[in-house]
Amino acid sequence: MENHASRIEDILRRFPQIKRNALIPLLQAMQDEFGYISEEAVASIGSHLSLPTSKVYGLATFYNQFTFSPRGMYHVVLCNGTSCHMGGAGELLNEITKLLEIIDGETTRDGMFSLEVQSCIGACGQSPVMAVNGTYYSGIGVKEVRDIIKQYREDAE
Amino acid sequence: MGIKLEVNGRTIEAGKGETILSALNRHGMHVPTICSMKDLSPSGACRMCVVEVEGHDKLVPACSFPIEESMKILSHSPRVLRARKTNVELLLSNHPDDCLYCERNGSCELQSLSEDLNIRERRIPGKRSPYKIDKSGPAIVRDPAKCILCGRCVRICEEIMSTSAFDFAHRGNELRISTTFEKSLNYSSCTSCGQCLIACPTGALIEHVQFPELEESIHAPDKVVVAQLSPALTISVAEQLGFKPGTDLKGLIIAVLRRYGFDFVFESSFGGDLMIVEQAEVFEERRKEGRDYPLITSSCPAWIHFIEQYYPELLPELSPLKSPHQLTGTLIREWLPGQLDRGKKEIVSVVITSCTAAKTEARRVEMTQDGVPVVDMVLTTRELVRMIKLSGLDLEQLEPELPDAPFYSSGSAGKLTGVAGGEVEATLRSLYHKATGKEISPSKLHRFRIHKSFREMTVMAGKREIRMGSVSGLANAVALLEEIKSGKRKLDLLEVMACPDGCINGGGQAIPVDERVNRTRSKAIYDLDNASSIHSAHGCPSLQRFYHDFLGEPGGKLSRDLLYTVYTKREVML
Amino acid sequence: MQSEKEFLLRLAQLDATELTSEEQGRKDLLKRSTVTRALVMVNSSTSGMVAGAGQSMEAIKQYVADRSLDIELAETGSIGLSSEEPVVSVQLPGRTRIFFRRVSADKVSSILDDLFHQVVPGQGVIGQLRHEGQEAWADVPFLDEIPFFALQKRIVMGACGIIDPFSFGEYVANGGYSAFLKTIRSFTFNEVCELVEESGLRGRSGGGFPTGLKWKAAFKTPSDQKYLVCNAEESDPGAFMDRNLMEGNPFQLLEGISIAAYAIGSNRAYIYIRSEYRDAIRRIDNAIKELRAIGLLGDNILDSGYNLQISLRKGPGAFVCGEETALIASLEGRRGMPSSKPPYPSSSGYLGRPTVVNNVETLSNLPVIVRKGPKWFRGIGSEKCPGTKIFSVSGRVAMAGLVEVPMGCTFDTIVNDILGGAQKGRELKALHVGGPLGCMVPVELMNVPVSYENLKEKGLVMGSGGILVMDDKTCVVNTVRYFMEYVDKQSCGKCIPCREGTRRMAEILGSITRKPEDEEDHTSLERFKGVMQLESLAEVMKDTSLCGLGQNAPNPVMSTLKYFRNEYEEHIFKRKCPSNSCTELRSWFIDVDMCTGCSICAKRCPSEAIIGTARHPYFIVQEKCIGCGICYEVCKFSAVYYK
Repeated sequence: MENHASRIEDILRRFPQIKRNALIPLLQAMQDEFGYISEEAVASIGSHLSLPTSKVYGLATFYNQFTFSPRGMYHVVLCNGTSCHMGGAGELLNEITKLLEIIDGETTRDGMFSLEVQSCIGACGQSPVMAVNGTYYSGIGVKEVRDIIKQYREDAE
Repeated sequence: MGIKLEVNGRTIEAGKGETILSALNRHGMHVPTICSMKDLSPSGACRMCVVEVEGHDKLVPACSFPIEESMKILSHSPRVLRARKTNVELLLSNHPDDCLYCERNGSCELQSLSEDLNIRERRIPGKRSPYKIDKSGPAIVRDPAKCILCGRCVRICEEIMSTSAFDFAHRGNELRISTTFEKSLNYSSCTSCGQCLIACPTGALIEHVQFPELEESIHAPDKVVVAQLSPALTISVAEQLGFKPGTDLKGLIIAVLRRYGFDFVFESSFGGDLMIVEQAEVFEERRKEGRDYPLITSSCPAWIHFIEQYYPELLPELSPLKSPHQLTGTLIREWLPGQLDRGKKEIVSVVITSCTAAKTEARRVEMTQDGVPVVDMVLTTRELVRMIKLSGLDLEQLEPELPDAPFYSSGSAGKLTGVAGGEVEATLRSLYHKATGKEISPSKLHRFRIHKSFREMTVMAGKREIRMGSVSGLANAVALLEEIKSGKRKLDLLEVMACPDGCINGGGQAIPVDERVNRTRSKAIYDLDNASSIHSAHGCPSLQRFYHDFLGEPGGKLSRDLLYTVYTKREVML
Repeated sequence: MQSEKEFLLRLAQLDATELTSEEQGRKDLLKRSTVTRALVMVNSSTSGMVAGAGQSMEAIKQYVADRSLDIELAETGSIGLSSEEPVVSVQLPGRTRIFFRRVSADKVSSILDDLFHQVVPGQGVIGQLRHEGQEAWADVPFLDEIPFFALQKRIVMGACGIIDPFSFGEYVANGGYSAFLKTIRSFTFNEVCELVEESGLRGRSGGGFPTGLKWKAAFKTPSDQKYLVCNAEESDPGAFMDRNLMEGNPFQLLEGISIAAYAIGSNRAYIYIRSEYRDAIRRIDNAIKELRAIGLLGDNILDSGYNLQISLRKGPGAFVCGEETALIASLEGRRGMPSSKPPYPSSSGYLGRPTVVNNVETLSNLPVIVRKGPKWFRGIGSEKCPGTKIFSVSGRVAMAGLVEVPMGCTFDTIVNDILGGAQKGRELKALHVGGPLGCMVPVELMNVPVSYENLKEKGLVMGSGGILVMDDKTCVVNTVRYFMEYVDKQSCGKCIPCREGTRRMAEILGSITRKPEDEEDHTSLERFKGVMQLESLAEVMKDTSLCGLGQNAPNPVMSTLKYFRNEYEEHIFKRKCPSNSCTELRSWFIDVDMCTGCSICAKRCPSEAIIGTARHPYFIVQEKCIGCGICYEVCKFSAVYYK
């Protein structure tokens, strides 16, 4: 990861103003670039904004958007909003957990899949809703989930 | 004053802009608080101080709600008491049932709240959050399972000590106090100042208790166990042992320690005198060189940790001397074996002090000789009190005893180092003598004894002008150092103490019951100084003899070899 | 010929009568009252994309390319029929615009084939818009005749799904930005506050605080800088009205923000929008750029002396940041923990300055209030609650979607008349209004006219307007448990009652809806004690919590204990779920006729509750069964069933 440090520098350069309210946009930029927040990112943000790293970490752990381990090649987002919950999101989650052997916030060991459970994407008329790398699947059941995951696995190989 | 309000049916007066809590406290009405901190803005987080106010349909936090004219308050109605009781029951439902085994058994605020609110059953069962104890550092042990998330430690570390070794992380019932990436404390920027221990209401933050390890050595025939007592220590234990607050119990403590099994009991104030004399030499050398920045003292281990991490560019201005207890420890290790015809490794050197950072300092590579730590163990005031209670000795039936020669102080200069501003005051006495050959009357410097976090004074020593300053509390130190760096303030000598008010408020001290404790302690030290007949370090016969017999000249080769050390830039790992 | 920019600015400031005929023609084209070539509009907002609108758009592009047609394909928002997405509308030159439901990619060809041959497709027609001078389609209802539209009063949401949210011209041609220009040209700051106060507009995020009063408090506080913040952190599960307004009509929101900022004397506004709303962010971003380019944002707007900058801030995701002090903390780069009020944000908010935080729906009301006047607004809704409210309805309802009705309308009208009531074969049981901090409304109370006061009288709240429809097959207790677990995760953790209270309440509700492994420890008495504790914990939480989240978290529990106590009792004493949806309280049985005795279920049973001998039918011991349902999953012969 030689260019990891230089990519961090590029992002820091986009935020020349040393102000506390640049902290969240900076973290978001890191999350978007790398898919997760690394120790180097936290340390460099801390020194860039003259903030103790405990504050940067404390803030990042508060919010849903920031994760601390790299995402999988296929990032699965499952909506667990009210309507989707009623529509059977719980069973979909069980199925995904069984198939991939990971829970919310984790990545499979081979780095292929990661799982995020969101609490309401806002498409309640189409429940239950699942997205893989931004492609949406709605109104699905357990069988469709099995097929979808299988398809992505095959694509990867 | 002038605003009238009604509390529990009675009319009281309060001032504009006052909070309900301060008005109630002034009139003797006690309302429990957890997250409230003196001198810091109210947080309103714990909801223990809630009161009923007419016109508000929900309960209102007294600590942050401002008073208004004709307010009607009920501070102890059934509704309010029920809310407070439920709050504490909720805390207890997520707290280990470990009271009897806990370090804070008897001094825990959660225990007192539970007692005061008459909680008699485990009404709310439930799962407890699982956390691991962090014993990584030599000084501070964190047990997050006992944390009630009051946030005092976070605020002290951030707002008073400018360090922020940890902060709140995660959210909801995952909320916890954590270092960056949940690493162990020794990985973080923690300076071991221990102010968090003093602030913590429960046993979530305690010091690394080491005195049980003494058991092996203390009665071993092949070991010589020596102790040195710090000046702030001896005037701080009176309340714990049943004496009038502020009484100096040095003589009785020495008596107990000898009976406990210590072979020698010395005083760290010997090292204090030594440091002052050597520091005066360093000051002279710098004066001849002509430096822009002041000579900054190096007697506070937490300050050293801080400057190495955050102000490495100021290291050249730092006094090259070790701290008083390390100075004493070094000489104990150097001189005592020869006197007793024993090997260096047979000495077990123990420092008993009010400082928790000294525990970490004793592990520094610079504080070792041939790979062996100069000081084997550092014990805090709290540990000493436990040892005394364990010994079963009744202090009132003992006679006070004197410390052992040669490492004791017959004067009061070394003792002054226990209070903020004291080191500078004592150093100035020696600087004055160096400049004029005469002794300055101590009362001339008493103006310096104001109770403020930063004090400065300019003194004429003959034709020389010496600008002296003293700052305590690392956040205050940061503000001052920025002024010095930018040239806005010029000083010749600066004392920095990490703990607000100095060592009398060190991390190892007994948990204060109220805010007047520090004043009592500083007054006790000043009283000792006023009553002393030898006010200067250089005039101390005990020290003069040691120079004559062993060390040679202040600033001489032996001093530089043994008493000087190197402070270097330290990277914060995360 | 004026430049586009000059024309649009002129359009925004003049009445229709002052336009030249050439200008009128340009305006009609922008408004799409007429089109010169076929127009196909696809709802490309989130609700459409989730249903497959992206594929539909590709199919349309393919269709057009294959036949080398010259049509305009435009994006739009949602008309609010969320369960009927993707919605596609087509307007042929000379004809009215016609709307279709569920236009998945495979249906595109047949629909377009029919239409381009001037034939109405047989299926999937919703209705047509009324256009003067355009030929209507035969046998197709007009939208305003269909109950879904007829019973609504869409003064805020009306243009969503009709206009192209990327086109500033279309917005202006429909009367947009005339309100803002009137504001900065004719009113002082204070006059705008008075106008809005007179209109009686109240905050639509749930608090119902009079907007004009809030503005006045900020306006009166002297300061070198004031801030207006738009609260678009709509994390409320089941609420998506703000998202729809932002995706469907972003210029309206921006106009509203501009008016509000002006009223309090602020030249700096922020939109705090949750980062998950990627599409809304894209549309608002575009809108801000267009406004800057045309000079309606920036310094000295149109020589009025008024400066205004609007910036987007993406909220990193926390439901609690919908609370105004937590939102402000998040803007400042801190953890989103609420703080005690007083001091109120209107005196000391963002960076210690006077700050007004308003909801998206509240702000979107402003252009029409200023354009048509406060008296007109007061004519809609009820006396204490003028205006309309947008409700997002989902759950076990025939049609899920967004509905805008005048205040004073009943839930009965919304759910039954507008959205078709319960799904086929089922009966309505209750409505959960207001999301996780809301209340359960039993069927008997569905005819209460909706207003903040009326609902409060009955011990209910409106919240942000999310409605979850529950029928006889949904379990009230399970839903309440879901909400409590949600609040538990979203609590910021700062104050003791909320942090610890929600956790314990979630545990108690969990113990009621699950079978414990060891029945002995959990007798009915223990569970009953748990419910008693629910009530006392709920009261303390309501009374003592620091912010609205903790104070309202007990609402679902309290309202269900009041109106659905029998369901709790069945769960506790009879260990049965009346609607059979608490899966772990189900009783599982093995059908002796289907069971082959393969013994797989017995091997997989975690509590060893299945007994039998090989090749003979097996048997489930009810007392040991914990209801996990694994036997049902592994049985290859469908021999396991539940009752």
